[in-house]
Amino acid sequence: MAQMTMIQAITDAMRTELKNDENVLVFGEDVGANGGVFRATEGLQKEFGVDRVFDTPLAESGIGGLAIGLTLTGFRPVMEIQFFGFLYEVIDSVSGQLARQSFRSGGHFNAPVTIRSPFGGGVATPEMHADSFEGLVASQPGLKVVIPSTPYDAKGLLISAIKDENPVIFLEHMKLYRSFRQEVPEEEYTIPLGKADVKREGTDLSIITYGAMVHESLKAAEALEKDGYSVEVVDLRTIQPLDIETIIESVEKTNRAIVVQEAQKQAGIAANVVSEITERAILSLEAPVLRVTAPDTIYPFAQGENSWLPNANDIIETAKKVLTF
Amino acid sequence: MAAKKDKQFDPVKTLHSIEEQFEMFQILNEEGEIVNAEADPKLSDEELTELMTRMVYTRILDQRSISLNRQGRLGFYAPTAGQEASQLASHFALEKEDFILPGYRDVPQIVFHGLPLHMAFLWSRGHYQGSIIPEGLNIFMPQIIIGAQYIQAAGVALGFQKRGTKAVAMTYTGDGGTSQGDFYEGINFAGAFRSPAIFIIQNNQYAISTPRELQTAAKTLAQKGVAAGIPSILVDGMDALAVYAATRDARERAINGEGPTLIETMTYRYGPHTMAGDDPTRYRTSETDSEWEKRDPLIRFRKYLEAKGIWSEEKENEVIERAKEEIKEAIKKADAAPKQKVSDFINIMYKGDLPFNLQEQLDIYTAKESK
Repeated sequence: MAQMTMIQAITDAMRTELKNDENVLVFGEDVGANGGVFRATEGLQKEFGVDRVFDTPLAESGIGGLAIGLTLTGFRPVMEIQFFGFLYEVIDSVSGQLARQSFRSGGHFNAPVTIRSPFGGGVATPEMHADSFEGLVASQPGLKVVIPSTPYDAKGLLISAIKDENPVIFLEHMKLYRSFRQEVPEEEYTIPLGKADVKREGTDLSIITYGAMVHESLKAAEALEKDGYSVEVVDLRTIQPLDIETIIESVEKTNRAIVVQEAQKQAGIAANVVSEITERAILSLEAPVLRVTAPDTIYPFAQGENSWLPNANDIIETAKKVLTF
Repeated sequence: MAAKKDKQFDPVKTLHSIEEQFEMFQILNEEGEIVNAEADPKLSDEELTELMTRMVYTRILDQRSISLNRQGRLGFYAPTAGQEASQLASHFALEKEDFILPGYRDVPQIVFHGLPLHMAFLWSRGHYQGSIIPEGLNIFMPQIIIGAQYIQAAGVALGFQKRGTKAVAMTYTGDGGTSQGDFYEGINFAGAFRSPAIFIIQNNQYAISTPRELQTAAKTLAQKGVAAGIPSILVDGMDALAVYAATRDARERAINGEGPTLIETMTYRYGPHTMAGDDPTRYRTSETDSEWEKRDPLIRFRKYLEAKGIWSEEKENEVIERAKEEIKEAIKKADAAPKQKVSDFINIMYKGDLPFNLQEQLDIYTAKESK
């Protein structure tokens, strides 16, 4: 076992699958000699050659189309969208084409494409680099959407994504790339898509969350413990499809829940989670299920982003409302 | 007035000198005479009659499809009359192993590549079984989003290149399609990778109603290939021999590792854009229609073949009768397709296990539908 940051774990997952399956190709803007703008593909071109790890011209839609065409000749593309804010440039290839490839061929063509992309706020980027657009793709039938919060999860989930026969969007929160290290096995292992992980057990309140907000939620849970509350933190890991079983099991145990997302209130996954809880577990609830989200504005200018992004204090405040209801 | 000095750099002159070089390539004139013997692809008599057979068959398929649509027995349909040489002669240069990414008007090419006719009808009607491509048939379903097939063709071509497969990816769009970003991205990607792709622009003069001259300041659409650094050619799209020769050359270059080619075929669609309410009299005059009808691809190819003594009215009638018979049979077969169920739609969404939400919904619909 090695200590790895999340970005090292992501590189390691790609290296593992490039090694294990000759049909895996890694491509995108600057992923070759440069190793990607965040170095996620560092060393891969050198190790596997320019035929399997390669730079593309600068056109996101073209990259998406390229991936679709490559699946028709039996390849398993792992394509990078340099920043997820560029999703709008490739939205037809992603939602209009890839997501529908199995369906519109009556189930004939599979579409084993993994789309990796950095996203998320708190790292002072220019506009269209930090937005949480996961709600957009999660609402498109035909796509799976994965957002890891730890190095260990990142490697196991990315390997599962690459092995999946369906298109998977794999979103990497930029703030988590190098924020901490964790023991990560050097061999291949998978974490099933669609399975949440209880990152902290508790009995008084469930915080259901994903991505960077997992860590804010864990901070909040620790603080709340000092006040005598036992808080459970459920990391969704896959936001489409949701792991309903784990969510409901947790809520039935704690009888209280809040849902935390970095995205705006109108834009994310939280509303879905709340609906599932009210449809399936309303009789277990002692309080309304509240959400902690960013406000419904455009993603803010970099100097103001930290007052806009939800944080542990916001979570504690909302958690207390629910705990004392 | 002072004499204009020679400019060392004159962007206007540069543009004009490039544009002037895009002359329309023709082999067979409107009278069916060879006007460019050097470029004659020298197809055998069997090949010539086969190509004529396919064009006549497609004209009948078009006529029958239009009337079936009017009777409510066919769904979405984009008429093809006028474009037979563009469609069938370009396809005639392909081999079985080549991959076609068609636009929605390019159903004849995929039928002659091997798609059973009843499946084309099911696709038109909106039945998922029309899109279950038979194993080993190298085609994609007709693309509805204008231009998306261009970037996908670049991907198929790159795939062939990586596998060392001696085959090409061939795709089609129209004059309107060349305004799309995906058009430029597709030809640029294939050019950058030197992939074996053939990009056809069937310039039928109108994107629904918008005339060609409103699409772009470019004098020709073929010249757009220059910016991507790929060979490009403007072809008389009513001349089957010219379309065939240009495509065959493009294929040869592609197979030899010389990269993609862009081909603009000058053609015309006699009918409406689609059968869903388009009325060409709102944007075209009958004078323009009859101008183009004089250049009809079937008339000139028929004359050429008759002069060679390898085509006759009798032969043509045989083809027409066979086409009508096969269309009738295919419609019957399409009629026999099972009624589509929501559970079918759920089952074709993903490969492998269904996610929980769809599994839950599948159970509900399966119960409902078994009642």
